[in-house]
Amino acid sequence: MAKKQDDMLDSVSKVKLTGSDYVIRGIGYVFISLFAIASIFPFLIILGTSFETEENIIAKGVTLIPRNFTTAAYDLVIKGGTIWASYGLTIVLTVTGTLIGLFICSMTGYALQRRDFPFRNGISFFVYFTSLFQAGLAPYYLLMTQGYHLNNSYWAVLLPLMVSSWLIILMKNFAKSVPHELTESGKIDGAGDFKIFVSIVLPMLKPGLATVGLFLALGYWNEWYQSSLFLQNMTVLPLQYRLYKIVNEASSLKNSVASQYVDVSNLPSESLKMATAMMTTGPIIFLYPFVQRYFIGGITVGAVKG
Amino acid sequence: MTTINPKKAAPYSVQGSLRKKIWNSKTLILMCVPAIIYFIAFSYAPLPGIYVAFVNYNYRKGIFGSPFVGLKNFEFVANSGKLWMLTKNTILFNLAFIVLDNLLAVIVAILLKEIQSKAFRKVSQTMMFLPYFISQVLVGLLVYSLLNSDTGYLNVVRGALGLEPLKLYKTGDPWPLIIILVHLWQKTGYNSVVYFAAIMGIDAAVIEASMIDGANAWQKIRYIILPSLKPTIVILLLFALGGIVKGDFGLFWNLVGRNPILYQKVDIIEMFVYRATISDFNFSTASAVGLYQSLIGFIMVITVNAVVKKIEPDYSLF
Repeated sequence: MAKKQDDMLDSVSKVKLTGSDYVIRGIGYVFISLFAIASIFPFLIILGTSFETEENIIAKGVTLIPRNFTTAAYDLVIKGGTIWASYGLTIVLTVTGTLIGLFICSMTGYALQRRDFPFRNGISFFVYFTSLFQAGLAPYYLLMTQGYHLNNSYWAVLLPLMVSSWLIILMKNFAKSVPHELTESGKIDGAGDFKIFVSIVLPMLKPGLATVGLFLALGYWNEWYQSSLFLQNMTVLPLQYRLYKIVNEASSLKNSVASQYVDVSNLPSESLKMATAMMTTGPIIFLYPFVQRYFIGGITVGAVKG
Repeated sequence: MTTINPKKAAPYSVQGSLRKKIWNSKTLILMCVPAIIYFIAFSYAPLPGIYVAFVNYNYRKGIFGSPFVGLKNFEFVANSGKLWMLTKNTILFNLAFIVLDNLLAVIVAILLKEIQSKAFRKVSQTMMFLPYFISQVLVGLLVYSLLNSDTGYLNVVRGALGLEPLKLYKTGDPWPLIIILVHLWQKTGYNSVVYFAAIMGIDAAVIEASMIDGANAWQKIRYIILPSLKPTIVILLLFALGGIVKGDFGLFWNLVGRNPILYQKVDIIEMFVYRATISDFNFSTASAVGLYQSLIGFIMVITVNAVVKKIEPDYSLF
């Protein structure tokens, strides 16, 4: 695919270009460059400021390049100790949630695209309806807290992100590309449907598993919403909810007392926020360039049907 | 007399074949069972709780023991003008998002195609994709680091130029614009992928032929690229319309959610429901507004799907 695209560009470039082609090409380079820089600029600010001293941040503001380089904020975050517990928790949630979610979504997605499965339309609708009409936050919150008693339980984060109709439909679309003949030949060999799924279909479903798995993993890694609903009194928090608390408690502190009465400069809240942000997001920034093509696969396979 | 009444015989054979169908596909059914249980537990089980919208909720009595008040909760939010304000904000923001998202995504996709250097294109695309991967919490912090009046980058630059600092976190007026810009910043890299793929799918020979015929760059865009993107644009716009009453809660909440001066200017349905649930424990009002939103959302999706089915049956959802 990529090869073909580049061939296309090559062949186009052989044709004589008009003046306007150069104009638009110039606009393209300038606009795309600016947009790309703007996309990462705020991260560079956070990165630079995370290595700046608190005094400098308060006196002179955030910075791209630290004026006095220090790792004090990182030391403080690490010395606090609980950041590693948060890492552990987030990794456990991400890995377990992604694996179980992948298993459920791929199994269901495969079954629902089998043309010889008489209940596929009924079950598909049952799954799809959940994205058409929801009970809303209040009934959900009441059920989770008073029905299932999941308040202050990590299950309240693990379970709700595990399966969604969107991911099942995405998986179903991926499974459609696995030739039906493979299922048929498995049947002839006397394999049961589950055996066919595990030993014949799953190995063929790798691109789908990668895409859906990465959507799940990103969802777990970036999760703060369910945590804000159900984990308010926990000591060990998922990474992004930890960041959420540090950002909001510090900024609400600042907004309420800041320039009026109290000198908050002895609390290194600004550099702490930056260092925490870098530490909680670092793994994503390092990993996403290598996995982004799977997300692109997800957009093109499931974009509209999402 | 001896002929078997086919109408009487039918139920048995239907039942028999149903049993047979279930037996023959038992493994496939079992494979769907975890998902079915999952959706029952987390999507269907909350549905009866919608009843809380019609009672005056009392914690000790529970949802179904609390006194029934009919549509009072709906009347309360509607009469205060709150419901209309929330609906209006949610829809207007979504309209702005839908139009600008797609416009900018198409522009970026067209310009990306113009980039000849493969490495340049790959690197810039990767950079533009970064904001999609980060949590909304971090987006909130990024915006705060750029805009806050004490240490924010904007005011560092303004200070260097000898300008007065802007106190953006103390005035609500600029926030609709800020929210729209941040939304575009975060989503354009992702949104442009679909259009870029569509442009790359255009037959190279068509473009080449047009250039041999002397078409300039604008004519190529106007007469070849845009028409070939039209189906994609139409479908994406329509589906976006289906979600027009669903707000981007994470974005709004992390940018302005904790600050009443700001959120009063840009309050959306989700933020109201979240506050009513988590801060005020006013489950009845929250659920009334949530149900109102779900119903409109449901009608919108059904309508949009009917329209899509008419113009492009392949893309319809059901």
